[in-house]
Amino acid sequence: MKWDEFIITGDPLILGAQISILISGIGAVFVLTYFKKWKWLWDEWITSVDHKKLGIMYILIAILMFFRGGIDALMMRTQLAAPNMTFLDSLHYNEIFTTHGTIMIIFMAMPFLIGLMNVVVPLQIGARDVAFPFLNNLSFWTFVIGMGLFNISFIIGGSPSAGWTSYMPLASNELNPGPGQNYYLLGLQISGIGTLATGVNMMVTIFKMRAKGMKLFMMPMFTWTTLITSMIIVLAFPVLTIALAEMTFDRLFGTHFFNLTNGGMPMLWANLFWIWGHPEVYIVALPAFGIFSEIISTFSKKRLFGYNAMVYSIIAISVLSFLVWVHHFFTMGSGAVVNSFFSITTMAISIPTGVKIFNWLLTMHKGRISFTTPMLWSIAFIPNFVIGGVTGVMLAMAAADYQYHNTYFLVSHFHYVLIAATVFACFAGLIYWYPKMFGHKLNERIGKWFFWIFVAGFNICFFPQYFLGLDGMPRRINVYGVEDGWFALNFISTVGAFIMGLAFIILVYNIYYSFRYSPRETTGDSWDGRTLEWATSSAIPPHYNFAKVPEVTSMDAYWKMKEEGIDPNKIEKYEKIHMPSNTALPFVMGCFMFLVGFGLVFEWFWMGIVGGIGIFACMAFRSFDYNDGYYVSVEEIEETEKRAREAK
Amino acid sequence: MAHAEDAEYANEPLEFQSAEGRNNILGFWIFIGAEFALFSTLFATYFVLVNRTVGGVSAGHLFALDLVLIMTFLLLTSSFTCGLAIHAMRSGKVKQMINWMILTLILGLGFVGFEIYEFWHYAHEGATLSTSAFWSAFFVLLGTHGLHVSVGIGWITLLLIQVKRRGFTPRTTSKVFIASLYWHFLDVIWIFIFTGVYLMGLGGL
Repeated sequence: MKWDEFIITGDPLILGAQISILISGIGAVFVLTYFKKWKWLWDEWITSVDHKKLGIMYILIAILMFFRGGIDALMMRTQLAAPNMTFLDSLHYNEIFTTHGTIMIIFMAMPFLIGLMNVVVPLQIGARDVAFPFLNNLSFWTFVIGMGLFNISFIIGGSPSAGWTSYMPLASNELNPGPGQNYYLLGLQISGIGTLATGVNMMVTIFKMRAKGMKLFMMPMFTWTTLITSMIIVLAFPVLTIALAEMTFDRLFGTHFFNLTNGGMPMLWANLFWIWGHPEVYIVALPAFGIFSEIISTFSKKRLFGYNAMVYSIIAISVLSFLVWVHHFFTMGSGAVVNSFFSITTMAISIPTGVKIFNWLLTMHKGRISFTTPMLWSIAFIPNFVIGGVTGVMLAMAAADYQYHNTYFLVSHFHYVLIAATVFACFAGLIYWYPKMFGHKLNERIGKWFFWIFVAGFNICFFPQYFLGLDGMPRRINVYGVEDGWFALNFISTVGAFIMGLAFIILVYNIYYSFRYSPRETTGDSWDGRTLEWATSSAIPPHYNFAKVPEVTSMDAYWKMKEEGIDPNKIEKYEKIHMPSNTALPFVMGCFMFLVGFGLVFEWFWMGIVGGIGIFACMAFRSFDYNDGYYVSVEEIEETEKRAREAK
Repeated sequence: MAHAEDAEYANEPLEFQSAEGRNNILGFWIFIGAEFALFSTLFATYFVLVNRTVGGVSAGHLFALDLVLIMTFLLLTSSFTCGLAIHAMRSGKVKQMINWMILTLILGLGFVGFEIYEFWHYAHEGATLSTSAFWSAFFVLLGTHGLHVSVGIGWITLLLIQVKRRGFTPRTTSKVFIASLYWHFLDVIWIFIFTGVYLMGLGGL
């Protein structure tokens, strides 16, 4: 391979990206060296097994990816703003919608929610840490390596261009030569391993490490949704692992799983992809429902209405999520009976979802609602999500789907569902738990600007797309003519997209502004909360979470303590606490994984083998590692807790 | 890492006595659930592509019952000896446990050896990964299982060194117990392969 094929050149947009990456990279190295922060970065973050710090790093990268995926979106909308635009050629457009979809789902939505789970769930159930802290750090680094591998594709070798669904034979060697598609396969594969490990970790944490007295049906709703989501992850991700592996074999080793020749079956890919892909939709939707449940209950000053019904609804949704995958390709010739079955299962999902909507509304009913920014996001979620849901039922009718499929109607539907549920929830959750993570709130006034501008931009962007779809505009096209008559609606849609981009800048400014000027919080209970995460001090609670693990007697455990006048922080006598040690091994393993991934992308098998040996060597090393962690001394706990109390 | 309730588990086998051991074992059961999903996907692929030999070499031509029976015998016996090893572990007999485990590993190595021979033989008869969709599915399904067995052999070898050095502790016993779960799981998968792939292939289904 020639050097100028290896590093992508000749495109001004990519050149700009390369230069900005170079500048920000040099800037980061300079800042870290100047302020002598390298050791701090290594000791406090990179090797940390503290679930809260790992969660914060997940969220940080998710926000970066939100920016990257957002830039992709703005470039697409610019290209579509008017007829016959020549901003992006067709290949470049294909690459951008592929990376937009993949990044937003795999590297933005999931890590954002997993980050919030990491920060919040152990605190909510009164645990000292997750069940497997080492594995938690390893999950994070596999995610980072997968994300990094996927992202360097656009400067080294070229981005994937077969869509985030990568349908065969479009993604095959014949129609998609070059390393781009390999980046997709390896990037997703590596980060998927980390996601699976997180699923196992969360399940064991929730089953085994709940505070004394916390029965399953006393768990906060976010913990419940995390548990069910983890179950979906554990059952769905192996399907993706195999599907990706089979396509990798097709591309690198000449097998015929999904080829058109020698008996391969492209439809098999479509089925496997969506058997994972549809549950994936709920992997990013259910935790969002959990976040809204927490926030609506807290700011309505009421316990969640229909708690048990909520739990059974998420269980029902999780089961149904595995039974609907064919609705992604009704038109690919499955036949009337199969289509009917999947049409009915798809519509059935709207029943438990409807139950949840009414429960949220009834939680607010007669509540004392305070309109904080997290609450605004949660309230806005309901009508926007219902618009997405109702159009989803329209799409679920197999016969009618022949009319809508592959049009902007569909594009609008899933953006209404995913943005109104997942993205709103990410913002709501970030703002809600921000003081727990950083010890100060995000500014509410700027937050409201952010909220109104984003929600306005979102509706301006996507509502017109329903009509574009009904007017017959297909998705994935990069150019249309004046005679198509799609100009006005497309232009409005593009304006909306840029308004969302503006809102993102306001969010970033809010983080900076609040860091500088927001009053520091000292109580730990920033919002008069109901669940246990508010019972400990803030600004990243001490690494042991609770000086003494609280005992739980009902739902909304902390609220009950407050009602009964119990102060969970009033402890007569401290006891030493056992905690796990930091570890550099997952980071090292991540580096070897990168070698495997990068080697396979370019079919440099020697590099893949070196990386593979490195990974196994690390695992063997870990097997012989009998580090038992350490004890936090009573003096240190006294000191930490005293400092937290004095700040009061 | 609460150890307060550990006292309740004092009468359980050693591997369940520490909170860490209990967490690891539950975590591994969940991981086995994921492995079932993984192999189910491979089986699904196999059954979808089972007749797609495009006129080339088919399963009925190459599968040989005697070879498969030997492999089955080796692997099933290894599961039995693995069980005996855990039994010895529960009775606190380090040496006996290690011996049974070494026998397990030898049987496992025999299995892998025959599988490598089988693949080599098929390749000589003109059936490789790229011959047809059927053979792609066959080699990837069988190869994944064989790779798992090989990883298991390496893993258990490392654990035996640790047991030799440290004896039975809650830590080492839970590790060995988990490895044994993994080993039995591979056996279960083999039973599906034996019936679904070989018997059905020989029967021309």
